[in-house]
Amino acid sequence: MQYPTKVAVAAAVAFLAACGGSPAAQVESAPKMAAAPPEPMPVESGPREQTADEQVNHVLNRLTFGARPGDVEAVRTMGVDRWIDLQLHPERINDAKSDQYFAALESYNEPSQTLQQKYPPPNQLLQRLGAKGDRSKLTPAETAELRDATAGVRKVTIEAQSGRVDRALLSERQLQEVMTDFWLNHFSVYIQKGPPERYQLAQYESKVIRPNSLGKFRTLLDAVAKSPAMLFYLDNWESQADSNRPRLVPLPGAGRGGRNARGGLLTQQQQQALAKRRGGLNENYGRELLELHTLGVDGGYTQQDVINVARALTGWTFPRPQQGGGGFEFNPQMHDAGEKTVLGHKLAAGRGIEDGEDVLDIVARHPATAHYIAYKLARRFVSDTPPAGLVDRAAETFRRTDGDIRAVVRTIITSQEFFAQKAYRSKVKSPFEVVVSALRALGAQPDGTLRTAQTVATLGEPIYGHQAPNGWPETGDQWMNTGAILNRINFGVAIAAGKVPGVSPTNWKGAETLVNAPIDQQVDGVVAALLGGGVSPDTRAILITGQNPFLASAAALDTTPEMARPKDKDPLDPDEVMMMLPDPSGGPPQRGPARDRAFGKLQPPTKGLALIVGLAIGSPEFQRR
Amino acid sequence: MQRRVFVKSGALALVTMGLSPSFLRRTAMGMELPLAVKGKVLICLFQRGAADALSVVVPHGERAYYQLRSTIAIPQPTRVGSAPSAIDLDGFFGLHPSLAPLKPLWDVGMLAPIHAVGSPSNTRSHFDAQDYMESGTPDTKGTTDGWLNRYLATSGTCEQCAPTPFRAVAMTPQTPRILQGLAPTVAMNSLDEFAPRAAGGDQIARLEALYRTGSADLIHSSGSEMFDAMKMLKSANPQQYQPANGAEYPKSQFGQRLKQIAQLIKSKVGMEIAFADVGGWDTHVNQGGATGQLAQRLDDFAQSIAALTNDLGEGMENVVILTMSEFGRMARQNGNGGTDHGHAGAMFVIGGSVKGKKVYGKWPGLQQEQLFEGRDLALTTDFRSVFSEIATKHLGATNTGAMFPGFNSATHLGLLG
Repeated sequence: MQYPTKVAVAAAVAFLAACGGSPAAQVESAPKMAAAPPEPMPVESGPREQTADEQVNHVLNRLTFGARPGDVEAVRTMGVDRWIDLQLHPERINDAKSDQYFAALESYNEPSQTLQQKYPPPNQLLQRLGAKGDRSKLTPAETAELRDATAGVRKVTIEAQSGRVDRALLSERQLQEVMTDFWLNHFSVYIQKGPPERYQLAQYESKVIRPNSLGKFRTLLDAVAKSPAMLFYLDNWESQADSNRPRLVPLPGAGRGGRNARGGLLTQQQQQALAKRRGGLNENYGRELLELHTLGVDGGYTQQDVINVARALTGWTFPRPQQGGGGFEFNPQMHDAGEKTVLGHKLAAGRGIEDGEDVLDIVARHPATAHYIAYKLARRFVSDTPPAGLVDRAAETFRRTDGDIRAVVRTIITSQEFFAQKAYRSKVKSPFEVVVSALRALGAQPDGTLRTAQTVATLGEPIYGHQAPNGWPETGDQWMNTGAILNRINFGVAIAAGKVPGVSPTNWKGAETLVNAPIDQQVDGVVAALLGGGVSPDTRAILITGQNPFLASAAALDTTPEMARPKDKDPLDPDEVMMMLPDPSGGPPQRGPARDRAFGKLQPPTKGLALIVGLAIGSPEFQRR
Repeated sequence: MQRRVFVKSGALALVTMGLSPSFLRRTAMGMELPLAVKGKVLICLFQRGAADALSVVVPHGERAYYQLRSTIAIPQPTRVGSAPSAIDLDGFFGLHPSLAPLKPLWDVGMLAPIHAVGSPSNTRSHFDAQDYMESGTPDTKGTTDGWLNRYLATSGTCEQCAPTPFRAVAMTPQTPRILQGLAPTVAMNSLDEFAPRAAGGDQIARLEALYRTGSADLIHSSGSEMFDAMKMLKSANPQQYQPANGAEYPKSQFGQRLKQIAQLIKSKVGMEIAFADVGGWDTHVNQGGATGQLAQRLDDFAQSIAALTNDLGEGMENVVILTMSEFGRMARQNGNGGTDHGHAGAMFVIGGSVKGKKVYGKWPGLQQEQLFEGRDLALTTDFRSVFSEIATKHLGATNTGAMFPGFNSATHLGLLG
């Protein structure tokens, strides 16, 4: 991962002065209650290249997962700047509909520990029942127990994965959802890391990431570092002092998990016995903390820093992951209590959890972190190649506000660069954005099954399915390829055929007046609803009549089904649901792959409004935001 | 690095002339790429879950093997007519009896097993080990692309080759880690699925028109490329496929995927890299010996590969098949009649240009003191030396430094002539 070379702060200040702008955002105060009077809205001044209408489309494209019917009018009425300010303060936005939906989902309301104990991983249960590999030995009661556990694991999986789609679909706090998506990808975890991981995901999303998504970076970093989801994914839960390092003795009666839960040091013999039993230092989290979560790969740290960060974080763990564990705890017996130097800061010997806390302070306040986070946010909101001047200003906001994410985002999304012509519709939608924006435009209802999440997976972005810790790509060149377009076209075809759950191509707010309208009105209505009104005359002509010079010459592909088609599979066959993501341990031979289920079936011809909707979703214009 | 940049008018003009934009992309990458060798194909097959190398390529000449594996060892080769036993290769190693379909390949010198090969990382996590084997960078997690993609990105297609969207194809639902990266690749479950899911009507023709019209940006060019690819595939007509030489592919997913790889090769769509994977190797419990759980997995594995080599026939002159698995399993069997995660494993290299009929790799032995960390088969060959030898000698890669950053050993086993 690389980003533009840092420009000296002085240059950024000079740039600001030259633009006649005052320093962009002010330090944000703590989140206020809904009743609090609106605070001043610092926005970057200066002319905006985009027209008023373009600005409305632009903020809906970038700060939400796509406009719903009526959103354009709502933003126009409120005014772009006031609307941005409101979105920056999700706590002022009533989100009852979304809250109500999630109040009914167990995974979001029960501790992960409870989930895992209630629905143990089927293989673990089989082993406990002493029947792994031979289910015929099970008693009827045991078979029922196994069936319940399997169903429960499936439910947990569905809730975590489709919950992402459904919140993005339903929530009024759209910028907060976009930020949640951003941070979940920045602090990426992988559902198949091992059996315990999936039980953690709903809590990771809703308790660790979302509440901190517009807060202080240091607070977010702390929440992630202590989350079982990350501790397990990047192995820190089992990282401990190497055998030659001093360890702490827990104070009698102090229990685990606290600053004072320790007395002196263990004897060397005790150290070695512990290390032998439980392994040693694991650098995985320490490395990614520096490389991916904070400083960035070019952030100027050394291998020795990686080791020392990992040493400082030894003992940051959670108990018994395979049994459902519990929350974060600091285990002094695992901690390397020796002296360490991290990025030039000395951490004294004989300390405990403070080592890790200090490391998080050091990396969160490191100038490379300000720049790296500013760069990634500018890339997300403005362009795949964000202007260096903007990145520097955003980084300056980060430093001035001690990592206030809301202030950094405000600097970016009120900037001239954000509202430049060059930025307008310049981003390629991720698969998640393609699916959710189509669902939102067509007023879809959350369907509560895995199918929409599977559709996102089919388009190439399985939710919580990125194996490596660097997360999904942000730039268009990584999303666009031969297979990607085919899948996106097929998504449009499936919507047109009415095969995407929760959504109808002809029954959405605004469609009622279009269903029987002349075709050019239908096209204009669909273009307004799905493409923000902006298409070329050529595109419009193709949508209306199919008459276009290219159409005549392009030999139409005959895809009538003379070829053998796989038989359509039961979309919710339980085994297949579990197979949605490949099991890294191999697992039993897979029966049917995800793509078959999502839209493998050959869809009958569509016409009229449904056809136009399908074409619009499969069109090049819909792939942009 | 920007993957694709198009001259606005140029791309459109070429598209109407019938040239694929992938041709442009190659030029636009702005690199002087070395040329690959025309018609060469590498098929990589990943056994996910850690196949038990000691049951696959059996060290039947090693006494310790039978001591470590009291109930699951593959019996020493016996004469005709008795219970299934190892198929002797060289007096010391043998194949698992389920691998009998591969024995003819050994006999004609097209099969080269490699033993005690794998990743130098000591991880015993499937997740990490697969990651390392596919990224080609053991113990480095931050690598974002796979080594096969780095091969593609740093080697041009050959001078006489027509531009093709099918240069690298994974028969998998998503692009596997090994093929992720800057160079374009195609991942598909099956050839049938590589088509729009609309029957009849002019929906698809209109979509094609939408992508052929307007600006020549990344989205439009990818779309045009996709329609080119579909036409190419359609004219190759792989649906009407009859395997040659009476080859019979198993009905399993793996067998059917290998069949489709053969179809793509014979369709001459310019495929240079093919990838497929197969699971079910994580045999912690009731692994079985000459028969049983693992034997069944090996049946499917060997029959599928044998069908592929049969079907390709003479075509195997230009094909190398490489099998891999993330690590081997513990030397000693566990208390459940299975084996736990281990270290070094085994690979097969199969092809007309392979110097077969020889088991490659230094054998480290199975005596207690010879085992890695006192428990696993030790590693004597780094998988990167196998990968880089095949890339260099078979595909003509010249930049193995870019494929395997930080790996400096130029030692090759001499698998290929």
